[in-house]
Amino acid sequence: MIAIIDYHMGNLRSVAKAIEHIGGEAVITNDHDTITAADKIILPGVGGFPQGVKNLEKLSLINLIKDQILSEKKPFLGICLGMQLLAKKSYEFEETEGLSIIDAEICELPRPDETIKIPHVGWDDIDIKKKDVVFFNRISSGDTFYFVHSFYMKNSKPEDVVATCDYGIEFTCAVKKDNVFATQFHPEKSQEHGLDILYEFLIWEGQN
Amino acid sequence: MLRTRLIPSLLLKKGRCIKTVQFDAERDTGDPVTSSRIYDAQGADELLFLDITASEEDRSILVDIIQKVSEQCFMPLTVGGGIKNVEDIRRLLKLGTDKVAVCTSFVENPDFINDASMIFGKSTIIGIIAYKNINGRNVPFINGRRTQTDLEVLSWAKEMEQRGIGELFLYSIDRDGMMDGYDIQLIKQVNTALAIPVIACGGAGKLSDIIDVVKESGISAVSAASIFHFTDQNLIKTRAHMKNQGLNVRSV
Repeated sequence: MIAIIDYHMGNLRSVAKAIEHIGGEAVITNDHDTITAADKIILPGVGGFPQGVKNLEKLSLINLIKDQILSEKKPFLGICLGMQLLAKKSYEFEETEGLSIIDAEICELPRPDETIKIPHVGWDDIDIKKKDVVFFNRISSGDTFYFVHSFYMKNSKPEDVVATCDYGIEFTCAVKKDNVFATQFHPEKSQEHGLDILYEFLIWEGQN
Repeated sequence: MLRTRLIPSLLLKKGRCIKTVQFDAERDTGDPVTSSRIYDAQGADELLFLDITASEEDRSILVDIIQKVSEQCFMPLTVGGGIKNVEDIRRLLKLGTDKVAVCTSFVENPDFINDASMIFGKSTIIGIIAYKNINGRNVPFINGRRTQTDLEVLSWAKEMEQRGIGELFLYSIDRDGMMDGYDIQLIKQVNTALAIPVIACGGAGKLSDIIDVVKESGISAVSAASIFHFTDQNLIKTRAHMKNQGLNVRSV
């Protein structure tokens, strides 16, 4: 069973429905016992970073999530804000500390010229940097995914970066570190390609 | 490279899809869940629902529709119409909506834009401007087309951007359902002035209308309805044509 963490940030139901569609079992929850009992964890989320941290704190979920990832080594998927929250800190609105699972920080996308509109909204193609990552078994560079964000993960360690996207700058759109995989794009909103990635998470044991 | 988005808009009234001409002369165009499934199969880039009967009793019909669509379509869904406060947004997001679109309440209470943007993130919030050209002036309307504001399109667009919307949905009432081409000049002017993406709506009657507005105004998202209901075009043919004309669209 997969626990989809409910911290009141954005559309959680779509993630649950996508998991069910590909044959998985998911529960939307912020109950500590349910999360602890789950085989895998998904942290989705759309919205501002500080609000996300605040909500996780209020539900006493920060240490629990860190423990589930670092000690229990549970397969973990972060989506959009759920990826950004894994970073050390963010500069959205104000400097805010994140979960520090991934050594990186969250910064605003630059606007190098007028054709680059911010937020980055829509379908964009990804460039796969580590082809042996199981999540890309059925995905190729150039396949498109749905993005919607104004901030991005900056200065991540090259060994953690598994895919990038080019929008004014080349930025990290997927990271993988041990039992953690996270995407800036929304697999649950990216039709077939997105469901392929979620399926790989469904059968993933948390290794490479 | 970011693809040009093709977004079918579905106008909802009492649980049915309708299509209007200049926000009037409603025609029934079918069941929204079935329509969504077809658009999904044809590879729409997003779906946009505008619920034009936002009474409480109709709201429960909308809830049912959004739930059903989000169970079947794994693509971005935007819902607009009758959103009055942060709680309305929260409820829609919980149901499976990805983005919300607001027109009237943002005009009536501009601080609502700042609040919504702060809580849900600016990329969740779409501002709608439905406007008419009155004696050469582009004037936003609210409450459907019932109430004229004393605003002007470009300055209101800039104010909404500055307060925190993530996209602008620019809807010409004059051109709605006329199928005679988009309001390219104004769309271009607004798109150039804003840093956020602009979605243009109102006027698509033939494929060249869609090509023209994208090429001439520089927008990256275009919305249409009548062309898919009342002509023999569909999303697949439209996208193939866009691709042949050199536009960067998604392959599905």
